[in-house]
Amino acid sequence: MIEEKFDAIVVGAGMGGNAAALTMAERGLKVLQLERGEYSGSKNVQGAILYADMLEKLIPDFREDAPLERHLVEQRFWIMDDCSHTGLHYRSDDFNEEKPNRYTIIRAQFDKWFSQKVREAGATVLCETTVTELLQDSHGRVVGVRTDRDGGEIHADVVVLAEGVNGVLGTGAGLRGRLKPDKVALAVKEMHFLSRETIDARFSLKGDEGLVIEAAGTISRGMTGMGFIYSNKECISLGIGCLVADFQRTGETPYGLLEAFKRHPSVAPLIEGSEVKEYSAHLIPEGGYKAIPQLCGEGWVVVGDAAQLNNAIHREGSNLAMTSGRIAAEAICLIKSRNDPMTAKNLSLYKKMLNDSFVIKDLKKYKDMPALLHTHSQNFFLTYPQLFSKAMQDYLRVDGTPKLEKEKLMLSSFIKARSWSGLFSDALRIARAWR
Amino acid sequence: MPSEPSQRVEDKLFYNRYLVDSGRAHIKVRPHATPSSQLLAMLKACPARCYDLNDKGHVEITVDGCLECGTCRVICEESGDIKWSYPRGGYGVLFKFG
Repeated sequence: MIEEKFDAIVVGAGMGGNAAALTMAERGLKVLQLERGEYSGSKNVQGAILYADMLEKLIPDFREDAPLERHLVEQRFWIMDDCSHTGLHYRSDDFNEEKPNRYTIIRAQFDKWFSQKVREAGATVLCETTVTELLQDSHGRVVGVRTDRDGGEIHADVVVLAEGVNGVLGTGAGLRGRLKPDKVALAVKEMHFLSRETIDARFSLKGDEGLVIEAAGTISRGMTGMGFIYSNKECISLGIGCLVADFQRTGETPYGLLEAFKRHPSVAPLIEGSEVKEYSAHLIPEGGYKAIPQLCGEGWVVVGDAAQLNNAIHREGSNLAMTSGRIAAEAICLIKSRNDPMTAKNLSLYKKMLNDSFVIKDLKKYKDMPALLHTHSQNFFLTYPQLFSKAMQDYLRVDGTPKLEKEKLMLSSFIKARSWSGLFSDALRIARAWR
Repeated sequence: MPSEPSQRVEDKLFYNRYLVDSGRAHIKVRPHATPSSQLLAMLKACPARCYDLNDKGHVEITVDGCLECGTCRVICEESGDIKWSYPRGGYGVLFKFG
């Protein structure tokens, strides 16, 4: 057993854990951070997009030395059928600003840098250490952790659970329920390396400009899911994810979907001739507001993916992790400064502060969205994209059919597939869930 | 679109670095006479194809290529079909990019 007692133990060195550890260490708390990977980042998988605003709140001058890939100047949304895509593209030179708002990053490299900042702030970071269990006293209060190292019991006033989406410790200790297959997506990703010039040319980019493509439609074969393509400096992150419940139900394979996405005629030319250097897989919380578990208790708080804090509609997760980690740490520092104990009552300050932040407000806004998309996935991810693609093609193809007749055919194809009442209720459902 | 992968999963896993903890599988399948529907789903759903059917009709796992995503935990842990934990500190998949 490590005799030393810490003010706080942070389990995990991803975005949430690093934000929490940095914030507490900077304010003079004695912090121990435990990470199972060989370094912070070696187990962490994300697309990945970094949102500058949330990192600025932690490290204002991060642009000076953080390993950033490209700043985003263009966003493309694609609705796909088997051989086409209909795109909405937004590109603006305004995004070529002195302090860009969004960057692509490579997590293993970024997290290593972030972790160095945590160490510099004075936290003790212990890697290659898996926490196996939470230590609880006879009243169920969390008093520390047990690790897989010899004599691995370590005590602290409070444990920050930044253990990631699987949340093994929290569920193991009964602090929250198990993850359900319909509340979590499985995404697989490959890193495709190409020369910088090739990427610039294929995506019309120059300098450090970057671009994101997000795609939905028949690529997920009727399952609730999305594909993505992110441009880094010298590689492309390409992946696809769908609800675990949908994989379970359909028997589709994640790598089968990935291969088909790569072969799609709109995608294949973008990655042609690339060298793949990594294949990864990761779960993404998709339950939204209604899936958020208890956020704090006697001697513990939970942040980031472990708390299901992910905005599936805007594909934001790492910024919610960073922000919840920072806010939890600020709450802990306040309680500590008053010399108050880390009770559930006192730690509920974290929940209150989080409720006042964009994190909970955004998730609340879309609270009905996950259920809508998950229960009507065939319509939204298969039928509509097919109808839409067909309509676009008919509209553009010049074949002597009078335009009025074309429009009538288009409308009737929608009505035939979904019926008037179906179309109406789909529109109403989306409007309500979006509100 | 054809659903067969044009590239084998084993080839994809070859890109990755692993430090295998020999003799200490971090996921174990409970012995069974006939596999549950959850276990059978893992033959397809596991992104690293760690699950396979042996010649006796039992579902087996080889964890060496595991990507530590947790999909099998979400599908199979509640029914008690598998015991799931993370590998020991430092072992398992070592992402270079993540």
